[in-house]
Amino acid sequence: MNKTLSVSAINNGTVIDHIQCGNALRILHFLGLIKNEYQITLGMNLPSKRLGRKDLIKIEGVELTPNQANEVMIFAPDATINIVKDFNVTQKIKTHLPEQVAEVFLCPNLVCVSQDKNIDSIFYIDEQGKHVKLTCHYCERAFDKDSLKVKM
Amino acid sequence: MKSLLYQKDILSIRELSLDSIQQVLDLAKNIKQNPILKTLQNKIVAHCFFENSTRTRLSFESATFRLGGQVIGFSSDEALSVKKGETLEDTIRVVSTYCDAIVMRHPREGAARFAAEISDKPIVNAGDGANQHPTQTLLDLFSMQESQGKIDGLSIALVGDLKYGRTIHSLTQACELFDIRLYLVSPESLTLPESICDRLKKRGIRYSFHQTLEEVIPKVDILYMTRIQQERFSKAEYPLIKNAYILTANHLKRAKANLKVLHPLPRVNEIDVDVDKLGHAYYFQQAANAVYVRQALLTLVLNEYVNIKVGELA
Repeated sequence: MNKTLSVSAINNGTVIDHIQCGNALRILHFLGLIKNEYQITLGMNLPSKRLGRKDLIKIEGVELTPNQANEVMIFAPDATINIVKDFNVTQKIKTHLPEQVAEVFLCPNLVCVSQDKNIDSIFYIDEQGKHVKLTCHYCERAFDKDSLKVKM
Repeated sequence: MKSLLYQKDILSIRELSLDSIQQVLDLAKNIKQNPILKTLQNKIVAHCFFENSTRTRLSFESATFRLGGQVIGFSSDEALSVKKGETLEDTIRVVSTYCDAIVMRHPREGAARFAAEISDKPIVNAGDGANQHPTQTLLDLFSMQESQGKIDGLSIALVGDLKYGRTIHSLTQACELFDIRLYLVSPESLTLPESICDRLKKRGIRYSFHQTLEEVIPKVDILYMTRIQQERFSKAEYPLIKNAYILTANHLKRAKANLKVLHPLPRVNEIDVDVDKLGHAYYFQQAANAVYVRQALLTLVLNEYVNIKVGELA
């Protein structure tokens, strides 16, 4: 059978697979990779046995740290994150949702004190079934992960 | 008696244990019966009201003075350094050097928590936007206990704006600590936020949704009324909604004898003045209790030991 890759392989770097559709760009923003000159291959709405459709990111020349990998879970709880060396997967990063995340998201509550640019946002993370809820440390409101904007 | 709240910030009802809440309620009862404690002598309490307030500010001032303490502070952001552009962080940093504790109201949600991270003196949240109003909840609980002799086992109807009302949000969190049955009475668009319902469910609190006062009045011990604000509705909708949530003496004909009506005040028209004459009306006693409860709270925050034997409490 003729098998071809929808997204080309990378030599050395990180592959983030099984991302819920629509979250790949948010992850790139969050990791701060869009502003840099890394070679990034992005697949969106790819067919997936597990998810039906998925997004995929391949980053050449960057190895995510365990903390970064855990924070990616907030955007994509089903994601798998692998480190590639010489075109081979050398490490599958074991991930878990962090208990809290600081300075990453903007609180959508316009009257939250953390709207002040001098105050760093902090959110507590709670997994409720398939949903990830984030509760603002300051205004105590809970939000679905998809309603939060990543701080630029 | 050793205080469970000595030098603690009082920011959110969620962070108070059942034991510490009970200590506040017991001490408030003691103070109401024997109003001679001078536990704030030589203490200065800064009352920083970045937003106007009448009852909360005056009752905190009265509580501080009655305990022999001194009050400094301001009652709005008028003529303040805030108007000149000073950050909340700088204001709190400076004020905290002038006093032993800060009582603070602010329009921004989470402002009291942020202040607590800056200040080395305890912060008492007197309301932060629509988020929390923990001392209101303590006086609500005190009024329930005082009027019914208990809190566990009560059936409580929360009526009006359950979506935006901070007193409601704080009160539902306190309800998680007790064995309480809740009846949630509101227009559909002002119902309790889903996140709060989820928490109640997790804690095993029984609750149900209702749209009229009539269906819950015969069942409840406490009828907790709140104001529905006109700006939440269109001009056409408001008169219909408003009339559905005005409590009249007629409604209470079917009430249990022990039913008490509470309201955080100010009321506009959601409780008809005819209700004031009935034995069910308890909102003015509730407002008076604000001073005793705030006296108890300030005493516990600023004194490691209170010179009352445990047996003398409650």
